[in-house]
Amino acid sequence: MNEVVVLSGKGGTGKTSIVGSFAVLAKNKVLVDCDVDAADLHLLLQPAIREKHEFWSGQVAVIDGEKCTQCGLCQELCRFKAIEDFRVDAVLCEGCGFCSHVCPSEAITMKENLAGQWYISDTKYGLLVHARLGIAQENSGKLVAIVRQQARKMAEKLGFDYIISDGPPGIGCPVISSLSGANLALLVTEPTLSGIHDLERVLNVCRHFNVPALVCINKYDINENNTREIEHYCLSQKVEVAAHIPFDNVVTEAMVHGLPVVEYSRNGVSHQIEALWELVSKLRVR
Amino acid sequence: MIISIASGKGGTGKTLVATSLALSLKDRERVQLVDCDVEEPNDHIFLKPVIKRSETVSIMVPRVNEDKCTFCGKCADVCAYNAIAVLPTNVLVFPHLCHGCGACSYLCPEKAISELGREIGVVEYGHSNGIAFVQGRLNIGETMPTPVIRKVKETAHHDGIVIVDISPGTSCPVVESIRDSDFCLLVTEPTPFGLNDLILAVETAKELEVHFGVVINRAGVGDVKVEEYCLREGIPVLLTIPLDIEIARLNSRGITLVEGMPQWQEPFLAFFDRVQKIIHERSSSLKR
Repeated sequence: MNEVVVLSGKGGTGKTSIVGSFAVLAKNKVLVDCDVDAADLHLLLQPAIREKHEFWSGQVAVIDGEKCTQCGLCQELCRFKAIEDFRVDAVLCEGCGFCSHVCPSEAITMKENLAGQWYISDTKYGLLVHARLGIAQENSGKLVAIVRQQARKMAEKLGFDYIISDGPPGIGCPVISSLSGANLALLVTEPTLSGIHDLERVLNVCRHFNVPALVCINKYDINENNTREIEHYCLSQKVEVAAHIPFDNVVTEAMVHGLPVVEYSRNGVSHQIEALWELVSKLRVR
Repeated sequence: MIISIASGKGGTGKTLVATSLALSLKDRERVQLVDCDVEEPNDHIFLKPVIKRSETVSIMVPRVNEDKCTFCGKCADVCAYNAIAVLPTNVLVFPHLCHGCGACSYLCPEKAISELGREIGVVEYGHSNGIAFVQGRLNIGETMPTPVIRKVKETAHHDGIVIVDISPGTSCPVVESIRDSDFCLLVTEPTPFGLNDLILAVETAKELEVHFGVVINRAGVGDVKVEEYCLREGIPVLLTIPLDIEIARLNSRGITLVEGMPQWQEPFLAFFDRVQKIIHERSSSLKR
């Protein structure tokens, strides 16, 4: 089984539009939306939720006002400045439990936190595992790990060839959680200086975790000088540029219609994405 | 006054708004631009600041003195992150899992645990064109941006106009960045993805009790549902930037909108005045 994760560093480069199209093109796959705090893939795939599960994660300290003697030890020791006036700020609390261990009057308990939900859904293109992290919640990495694990389980059970996941932007916790142990990272970039800068950082994260990478330049014709610069950079890093997708408003039109672009239209963008999937699907890395 | 710039969805134009707002205001106000998108900071590409000073950001991780350790297992019991494992004759520490809470060293009955700083990122200070500049940068392979963001915010000015550029999303790094803002600008694009993520960003701002308004970028690209949503919810749309290939080209070359198209300075100033007016109205209505 091959697990392909689509990342970009910079947001808004087209990850979800590409994964939505891969959903149409790939057979025998499970789809995963690893962008658990601003998920969009469902807007293209229109899932019907089959299973819904709660995501309990992390803990938050709660002070019992009756027992608290206001000695102030917890406030003094908390390194996250989460306790003020003998009250816990649930947003700042990192759930370490230090306060609950040291409180001399045992007034602090740690409560499990309902941090979100995850789903297994049917779409007309196959199974989708996705999630919704609660607003202002932590532990997105852990939720990503759960959706990936579930997708792997389903793919194994059904004997499928691929897991295709739509990754989050950035390079931090949810990205690392989406990436580690995957077989291939497809990095979607755009020919802007920001896109190049962010590509370099996310490529280094792939290296750090030993995941082979391929690059796709989206909207390559917005700035062809920058496109050449990306090509040179990739050459110097021995990373293949697997596709050049032109800028075309048809991608947004497809999104407005709630459809993957390869299903909505048969133009240049769709041909490039089809060729890209051909290439990605043939790679048997590791 | 702290104005933060968030979005939910990535690539909607936060950096464009942050840099052009800072440049438009610099002759009128004391301005500081603070890039809290420590995973992928991009403001420096546009402002090309001169960096004068940098400071590393560390997390305090435990170091066990095995001569003193009795392998009682207390440290592993209290660690909420499974960053310490105690075996019969040695102790394993997993620094990448450690949040640096300090519980293990404080609670060790033998006082066998000391703490050691582990670098996870840097904060850089400089200036550009009369604008004070601060940015954070998370090191490659590190998972926790929040301590870097905290350090960036701690060292930012607290007078003048502070413009805070934020990473996309709605989870911990965004929350840490938006907290304590006087106003939050939510930059979106009029597409289904833009709307979906705008709604999440609105919920985040509401949860944090921060006043907010919307900037619509690439107006004309998709549909009218973002505008309909803002109208329905009574959310002010404070600035609209049209879909324009010239703007996209400038942006691709790392040129700010107000430098590439100086005619945009006036709309940005008017936009800032609207933000300021809303902040004053809200704070005086609170006082009343």
